[in-house]
Amino acid sequence: MAKAALSGGWIFFPRLPCVFYWERMFWLLFFLVPAIHTQLCQPDGENAFKVRLSIKTALGDKSYVWDTNEEYLFRAMVAFAMRKVPNRETTDISHVLLCNVTKRVSFWFVVTDPLKNHTLPAAEVQSAIRMNRDRINNAFFLNDQTLEFLKIPSTLAPPSDPATPIWIIVFGVIFCIVIVAITLLILSGIRQRRRSNRGPSESLQILLFTQENGVHPIFFSAEASHSYQVLVK
Amino acid sequence: MEKTRPLWANPLQFVFACISYAVGLGNVWRFPYLCQMYGGGSFLVPYIIMLIVEGMPLLYLELAVGQRMRQGSIGAWRTISPYLRGVGVASVVVSFFLSMYYNVINAWAFWYLFHSFQDPLPWSVCPLNGNRTGYDEECEKASSTQYFWYRKTLNISPSIQENGSVQWEPALCLILAWLVVYLCILRGTESTGKVVYFTASLPYCVLIIYLVRGLTLHGATNGLLYMFTPKLEQLANPKAWINAATQIFFSLGLGFGSLIAFASYNEPSNNCQKHAIIVSLINSCTSIFASIVTFSIYGFKATFNYENCLNKVILLLTNTFDLEDGFVTTNNLEQVKIDLASAYPDKYSEVFPQIKNCSLESELSTAVQGTGLAFIVYTEAIKNMEVSQLWSVLYFFMLLMLGIGSMLGNTAAILTPLTDSKVISSHLPKEAIAGLVCLINCAVGMVFTMESGNYWFDIFNDYAATLSLLLIVLVETVAVCYVYGLRRFESDLQSMTGRSLNWYWKIMWAGVSPLLIISLLIFYLSDYILTGTLQYQAWDASQGQLVTKDYPTYALAFIGLLVASSTMCIPLVALGTFVLHRLKHGDTAPVA
Repeated sequence: MAKAALSGGWIFFPRLPCVFYWERMFWLLFFLVPAIHTQLCQPDGENAFKVRLSIKTALGDKSYVWDTNEEYLFRAMVAFAMRKVPNRETTDISHVLLCNVTKRVSFWFVVTDPLKNHTLPAAEVQSAIRMNRDRINNAFFLNDQTLEFLKIPSTLAPPSDPATPIWIIVFGVIFCIVIVAITLLILSGIRQRRRSNRGPSESLQILLFTQENGVHPIFFSAEASHSYQVLVK
Repeated sequence: MEKTRPLWANPLQFVFACISYAVGLGNVWRFPYLCQMYGGGSFLVPYIIMLIVEGMPLLYLELAVGQRMRQGSIGAWRTISPYLRGVGVASVVVSFFLSMYYNVINAWAFWYLFHSFQDPLPWSVCPLNGNRTGYDEECEKASSTQYFWYRKTLNISPSIQENGSVQWEPALCLILAWLVVYLCILRGTESTGKVVYFTASLPYCVLIIYLVRGLTLHGATNGLLYMFTPKLEQLANPKAWINAATQIFFSLGLGFGSLIAFASYNEPSNNCQKHAIIVSLINSCTSIFASIVTFSIYGFKATFNYENCLNKVILLLTNTFDLEDGFVTTNNLEQVKIDLASAYPDKYSEVFPQIKNCSLESELSTAVQGTGLAFIVYTEAIKNMEVSQLWSVLYFFMLLMLGIGSMLGNTAAILTPLTDSKVISSHLPKEAIAGLVCLINCAVGMVFTMESGNYWFDIFNDYAATLSLLLIVLVETVAVCYVYGLRRFESDLQSMTGRSLNWYWKIMWAGVSPLLIISLLIFYLSDYILTGTLQYQAWDASQGQLVTKDYPTYALAFIGLLVASSTMCIPLVALGTFVLHRLKHGDTAPVA
């Protein structure tokens, strides 16, 4: 009987086994509410959003089966998101309605107001979902691409821009090393050339000094790998 | 004490210098393209034949001339015949043009190297547009790697007429590149001899690492099979043979004067025949080795894109028909398409235009060469590898080593004649001459960092060296064999090295190689004349792809000037020498 109710429309009960008036109303509402629910939540309905999950693509071997418990969690997350909106703090799980669940896994959902006679505006739902997209994704181990809310664009993460671009730092390091190396080479070249220009006069002075002090007259000049053998009488 | 000519510390330095010069970017980005275009494995046949017939003889000739004359290109050709000094001058001019634009590639390699230290790599994601709801438009139409190359690196203008301003980031990288080159050539053979140990060997280390990584990538075998399957009908295509000859010719770097310069620092008794064979063999083997690496990377990239394409089609079908996630796989895709078409014909025909036909063949057949291969295709493959920063750093470091190694040869070709000339070297020390050359090249190179710089780069790349080099080498061969005399040269070599000249070299130098070069020259000239106006590829930002445009008149005039300025040196200097001697000595001819 409940299944028949879900397909919509009035169901006649020729004889209810209930005694009290309120019991009868209760059973009436019990079958009426799903019927109203189905009218509120419809594909392409007003303020309805389609959700598409790709669990197997995202998780592969670790994927879980989409069953009514997962649907309950989803409804809980949407209700949680709505409760963060001002004036909607009393949103309950029962206010979130799901319909048309396919094998894909995809379904439509709406959020109704506490009296359950109309749906909340799409803009409110959209902004609530966008604010809490991260939490909703994490609850299902999915991301923006595998848990899609069609018609709700996800805010793209801005690229991380450090204050100084990294390439300038590396460039600066290498530039300084090269400049230092060039300076060293040029200076050593100049020094070498100056030493080879001074060469002959300096070795002559040392020769005179050793001769006066009686040191062994044969010596070798150390610079420019030339050896001078000087014999002194 | 008189100044002796500086020498290489050992023959190994000379071999490494030649290898480092000859093995350059062309081995990595031109040979794989030619292999793909002209029949895969069967291209190796014309390539090896041309190596034996053209590459080895001409290389040996240049090394022998340099080692015998013991001077840079201008001095060497003046010794052969005073009228032929123009050949040396032409070599220096062409080397000058080459070093102007070649170092810009090193600047780009530095730019990419510095940007490889970021996570994620900047060319792997598109930047967001203004209001953060989507990606930048140009980047969407092209790909993120193309966007990074054309917009972030070059900031390219839509055509060669629009010059734009000098971009400071590539300009900084160019200054750094020239400083690095200056550091290496500062002390002549002393410093160059040590640097070439690294620039010759490090690229091979990186290539081996990439070979191992490339062969283990998913889909690498697809690329290798595609490339090496020989298409024997291409052997009948004359273009295959012409391109093989051209590739050998330019890959060895003949005619620039660098080989003469390097050989002039040799001991006279050095066995340059052995070295010539070794260098040319290593150069060709490196080309083949690099193309194996390139094609395994191609295969990986093509397979990746093919599988992406298939996944997009699967997602589209799954979403449109609300099928169970994971129901459609690559194996049953075709069957599912047929089933859906029969079960839901209306819905299927609606979605049919969006279903792309994914083909691995079409992904593999996109043949790219030049900067496009190095900076767009390779980076696209690298961004999909794990630990992509490491692979990116390794790859651009290898490009830098290859480029700097070739730059050392280019600058040696310019500097050796300058330091040999007594006029200049008596006034300035060699550090100052080197510094001046680097400074002038760097200043002119700033043109290539403007927004239209890449178009001028293409002009230099295509026209500055091609025709002039063929002419220079032709005149060189004819000069040695007929002006100087083959027998005289043979006896010189015998007294110098102690080995007699094999008959094979004599036949090649005197007959086969000059004929080959003449036929290449005829082919090139007829190609230019038949094509009519020259065209270039310009980047269209609104479409996100390259479009063909005609060169404006002033660009055509500039191209003519480029070619003329080097080729005209030969006859002009010959004429000038003739006139001078006529004035000095009356009618008597000068003695060499």
